[in-house]
Amino acid sequence: MAAFVWLTIMTALRILGRNRMRAGLTMLGIVIGVAAVIAMVSIGEGAKRAVQAQIATMGTNVIIIFPGVTSASGVRGSQGSAITLTVSDALELKKRIPLLVDTGWSRRDVMQIVYGNRNWNGTINGVSPSYLTIRDWSFTSGGPFTQTDLDSAARVALVGHTIVENLFEPGEEPVGAVIRIKNVPFRVIGVLAPKGQSSQGSDQDDVIFIPFSTAERKVFGTSFIGSVAAMFGSTDQVDDLPMAAEQIREVLRARHRLQSEQNDDFTIRTQVDIGKVQEGTSETLTMMLFAIASVSLLVGGIGIMNILLVSVTERTREIGVRMAVGAKRYHIVMQFLIEAMTLSLVGGVLGIVLGVAGAKLTTLIAGWPTIISGNVIVISFFFSLVVGLFFGLYPANKAARLNPIEALRYE
Amino acid sequence: MASLIECDDVWKIYRVGDVDVQALRGLSLTIEQGEFVAIMGSSGSGKSTLMNMLGCLDQPTKGHYRLNGVEVGLLTPDELAGIRNQQIGFVFQSFNLIPRTSALENAQLPLFYRGLSLKEQRAKAAEALGRVGLHGREDHYPTQLSGGQQQRVAIARALVTSPSLLLADEPTGNLDTQSSQEIMRILETLNRDEGITIILVTHEVDVAAYAAREIVIKDGQILSDRKTKAGPISSPVGG
Repeated sequence: MAAFVWLTIMTALRILGRNRMRAGLTMLGIVIGVAAVIAMVSIGEGAKRAVQAQIATMGTNVIIIFPGVTSASGVRGSQGSAITLTVSDALELKKRIPLLVDTGWSRRDVMQIVYGNRNWNGTINGVSPSYLTIRDWSFTSGGPFTQTDLDSAARVALVGHTIVENLFEPGEEPVGAVIRIKNVPFRVIGVLAPKGQSSQGSDQDDVIFIPFSTAERKVFGTSFIGSVAAMFGSTDQVDDLPMAAEQIREVLRARHRLQSEQNDDFTIRTQVDIGKVQEGTSETLTMMLFAIASVSLLVGGIGIMNILLVSVTERTREIGVRMAVGAKRYHIVMQFLIEAMTLSLVGGVLGIVLGVAGAKLTTLIAGWPTIISGNVIVISFFFSLVVGLFFGLYPANKAARLNPIEALRYE
Repeated sequence: MASLIECDDVWKIYRVGDVDVQALRGLSLTIEQGEFVAIMGSSGSGKSTLMNMLGCLDQPTKGHYRLNGVEVGLLTPDELAGIRNQQIGFVFQSFNLIPRTSALENAQLPLFYRGLSLKEQRAKAAEALGRVGLHGREDHYPTQLSGGQQQRVAIARALVTSPSLLLADEPTGNLDTQSSQEIMRILETLNRDEGITIILVTHEVDVAAYAAREIVIKDGQILSDRKTKAGPISSPVGG
């Protein structure tokens, strides 16, 4: 049996080698199909990884709570325009919900920052020290401010990478420098490590953090002391996020004295929710890829079936001879199946090579990140095998059902 | 002991459109091991049908055909293939070698389906080619061989399995006189020296003359059946 299979494979290769043009054209469908799938999956995986990295910059296991919207005579304000969330809400949440490791809060505004003879309009964030740990901010130099700074409304600032680039000379050390925000001098005590774009595409490094209390009293001039633009919480485990979100909702509804028929006056988003949106996008992409792959493999398979039917007709006499000297049905079936599978496998391997080259080229030329996964290659290989098997079955059976007498007489 | 071939009231009826064609009509025939039989007859006489049946390519519609005591009419297509592989060698008028495949590989073909190792296949095929005088031409392709040589490859292919029955259907029909004589001498030698039973279909009298028994078929029945040579035909060879 091993000798039979081996010799049949050699024969198949020789027959295909004899009709190189024909074999090549037949394989083209499979080649293009597999190459397209490999290239697109690699690009898709690259994009997905990039998005995941962006989501990870939010921090680890983060819950974000926004205030609701104001509604005056039916005109609704923008997200977070209401002043329903306060610092005491955040402190209460931490006290009441053991799942929450920590809670933080922030207010933000875009303001002019001046250093020496340079100025820049950047986002000023008044935050609690806990905010920095929840969002996983790290430092390239200096360090964070502390609870003491918050309590004393110290004029200290942490500057983001974009701010450093725009306010400071290259190579100049920002830590220790004094910048002015709304004419209030702040001493820079830390430079934040860059995070890049957020998943919404905004620059997360165009940011300055100052203690929340300092922001309230000396920069923003808030009329409602203690109101925050966003609250943040974090849990130990990803799996705790939904439960924590539900508990936060209960606590806040109780604190805000909302009746059961009233809507929440806040919005809760977990990192998992945000990831899900992105996952949905990549699922759509995967489905599309699957559709493309199916169509091209189908077309490739039909091409293989077509050429095999031609081959069966051309070699009717040969089949007759083989039957006369003792080939059983499965011998004939195997012969044509192996031929079909050789075609589809060679096509698949060429497609894999082409697809990987295409992905690498995309990275090289367009600069898109691509990830070539071994899984996709194995699956492509397997699928081209299955295509050959499936579309080879009909011609192979047709050959095996020939009547030896008629086949021998065939002209 | 059983005869090699026993045909007992064999009928073969084809349906062509709405008409039944009776190709064989109650034919009975016995052939012993070691005989050299020529079957003659005009076209349409049923001799091809008879050959196909004797070669286990076809089965009778009615009646019994026993080869080495096995009732062929009861076998499945794969069992028939097995019998052809083990017991029968075919030589065709148009050689029927597989194109673009070397003489050696053509001769190997029956052993290939027998599942022998490649080494054994090659050794036996080379030996068979040697027996028909084609030593040294193992790697030639059919197109590089003359008609007579191609037919010798075909004989080697038929011999390679050491069959008990060799069926030759107009083996010299496509050959010139000299090649025809060579082929017939090979067949004669195989019959005489190795005791292989040979059934030969021909319409040429001088080719039929190599055989020791001549059967004439007409309208699906045996018209005449006579011994043309005295000799070893009646004493079974090899036991």
